[in-house]
Amino acid sequence: MTSALGSAPTGRDDRRTRTTPTRAHRFRWARAAGTGWLYVLPALVMYAVFVLRPLVLTLQYSLYDWNGIGVARWVGLDNYLTVFTDSDLLKIIGNAIVLIVFFSFIPVALGLLVASMVRRITTGAFGTVVRTILFLPQVIPLVAAGIAWSWLLSSNGLVNQALRAVGLGGVARAWLGDFDTALPAVGVIGAWVLLGLCTILLVTGMSKIDPALYEAARLDGAGPVREFLAVTLPSLRQEIGVCLTVTIIAALASFDIVYISTSGGPGLQTTVPGLEIYRLAFSQRQVGLASALAVVLMLLVLACVLPIQRLSRGEKP
Amino acid sequence: MAELLTKFPRRRTVLLASLLAVGMTATACSAPGEDRSSTQKPDAAVKTELGTDPITLDMYAETGFPLAKALADEFSKQHSNVKFNIREDQFTVIVENAPRVMASDNSPDIIRLPTMVDLVKDDLLKNLDPYFTAYGWDKFPASQLMQLRVGENTRGTGSLYGMGLGYSVTGVFYNKKLASQIGMTQPPATVAEFEELLAKAKTGGVQPIMQFNKNTAGINFPHQALQNQFGDPTQVADWIFQKPGATFDTPAALKATQTIQKWAQAGYFTKDANALDYAGMVGEFQKGNGLFMFNGDWESANLDKSMPGNVGFFLFPTESPGGKHVAMSAPNTFGVSAKAKNPDAAAYFLNWVHTNAKAREISVTVGGSSPGGPSDLPVPSAAPNTVLAETLKASQQLGAENGAVDFTANATGGIFAAAITPEMQKLIAGQQTPEGYVKAVQAEYQKELSR
Repeated sequence: MTSALGSAPTGRDDRRTRTTPTRAHRFRWARAAGTGWLYVLPALVMYAVFVLRPLVLTLQYSLYDWNGIGVARWVGLDNYLTVFTDSDLLKIIGNAIVLIVFFSFIPVALGLLVASMVRRITTGAFGTVVRTILFLPQVIPLVAAGIAWSWLLSSNGLVNQALRAVGLGGVARAWLGDFDTALPAVGVIGAWVLLGLCTILLVTGMSKIDPALYEAARLDGAGPVREFLAVTLPSLRQEIGVCLTVTIIAALASFDIVYISTSGGPGLQTTVPGLEIYRLAFSQRQVGLASALAVVLMLLVLACVLPIQRLSRGEKP
Repeated sequence: MAELLTKFPRRRTVLLASLLAVGMTATACSAPGEDRSSTQKPDAAVKTELGTDPITLDMYAETGFPLAKALADEFSKQHSNVKFNIREDQFTVIVENAPRVMASDNSPDIIRLPTMVDLVKDDLLKNLDPYFTAYGWDKFPASQLMQLRVGENTRGTGSLYGMGLGYSVTGVFYNKKLASQIGMTQPPATVAEFEELLAKAKTGGVQPIMQFNKNTAGINFPHQALQNQFGDPTQVADWIFQKPGATFDTPAALKATQTIQKWAQAGYFTKDANALDYAGMVGEFQKGNGLFMFNGDWESANLDKSMPGNVGFFLFPTESPGGKHVAMSAPNTFGVSAKAKNPDAAAYFLNWVHTNAKAREISVTVGGSSPGGPSDLPVPSAAPNTVLAETLKASQQLGAENGAVDFTANATGGIFAAAITPEMQKLIAGQQTPEGYVKAVQAEYQKELSR
């Protein structure tokens, strides 16, 4: 969002215009500002048409009972009331929150571990290979990842074959079709997809840390763990903030992986808001309720992400 | 990157807010949607001549079912002035797109239809009554077109809004090799006999039923097959057609649900049924990994190819010996869009599909389904010793016994996705009781009807 507006002239220019007395000056500034607006106009128009307009329309639709075609009926906040009182919809929102653990916390924690291990081999050909392999899941389309994983996790898939091979046939099951394991199984797919992204971001962040800090820590007698806690972790605050932001959004707004691997089943065990919004709007034709759920989802994302932004924004030590 | 995400100066927030406000006022003045009711003139004159002017018919058909394309090609061969422009999508995609596509300016002439009531309510479908009269479709058996009639918020009576490109029948496919292995010499005559075979298969180490239950509840096939037998099938039909007062909470539905639960507990379905999708089910059945599969005649041609001579078909047996067979049977519904540019040519095509000898043959050989049409026209025959011949025979038998009912999944637009599928998944995993199942399905039904 910021990138589209980022190049727009800020109010500071206007203030400066006011403090410069001559007319010629003022004219030049005004013209410069006008040219600036002209430059961003195409982006701004796209942004307005494809981001702002749908956003506003979603807000508007959420106040109506509408099937997408016929006449809409004004219902005020009824759709929101449904979102917050319907036990199925609450369960669906709960599923998304559970997914945060898998999509966000696990990749970031594992990413930190992996990044500190591969930090020393980031240069040279081997480093490139390691980075490529780690980043690969991010390049694969989510749909392909979903299909591949549903084969792996099927009752005769590789995961169960491996379990049977080591004598653990008793725990083998259709992981994505079982009520107890479906949501964690979907979570594992998400963790796999996002681990690479987190690791790469964290490795890049680590490469920017001043080696003198590590030297100083070592001189003070710090071991690897102490080094990690006292130097690495605080220096990576911003990168961790970005990782958490991106992955939490991926968890709350997940759709592709769930749609492909389980379609939200069994029961409502893996149904997430993104999937439910799509179903409500396009298969059940309740555009109003779908929009209300979408607005709630947006607020939920903001509620999770803004505090992280605030925390990670603090000055670098 | 971190800075990009974190820096969001207040001034820009103000700018964004004002842009939002402008957008708000620009769009929020009027309620969304438009009143499209009564834009059709039902008494408009219709032409039953195709003429010689070049015509391009836009058709919106279902991917994976080559019948529509085969019929269109043959039609163009016979009528050189008519060309087809065919767009294909998966059925679920058509279900989701149909209303918007039909409301657009590029509405297709002929479209594969999901449930019709909503489309009629929104005035997106052409009323075919004038064509019914003009072409004399009253010579078709009335039951054939019953499911395609929509009245005041109900289906089954009222005006005609669609025709079938083939009329499908469902039942049970069986693997002949596995059947003889467990000592099944002929199709079961009663539900009890069918259950005996299931038990025999289980003890004999053969997977009794290969049925999908992921994405959409395939176990609703056996469920409705049982429900049709355990009570009066007109009760089921009334519920599907949304007749006032009809309910799913009946002793028949409950008994059917209890039976499904019993079968699930006995291991008659695969353990991974909730993770098995339609394509997976057909694949496993073809590999010989299941004795029975509940499915429809649209798979006949495919099964004849993949397991020639090794697959049989029977209509689901009756509860008592000699009872009336009942089966889910539905037209592969195609309708004419209210905004169609060539409605007369579209109706001509639909009539031709039912009456032209070559078209009827294509319906059987390519579509695997009965071509429907006037009862005095002969039904083309399929190659002997094929399962296609068996499903075709079953279709005729069902017609003679007047035992066709629609699918419960078609009762309302959302009933399958919102209630039947998740609740059935819960039921077979032991997370839902039979009583809870019928109540949950009925509750969703009422919720949708009250909207």
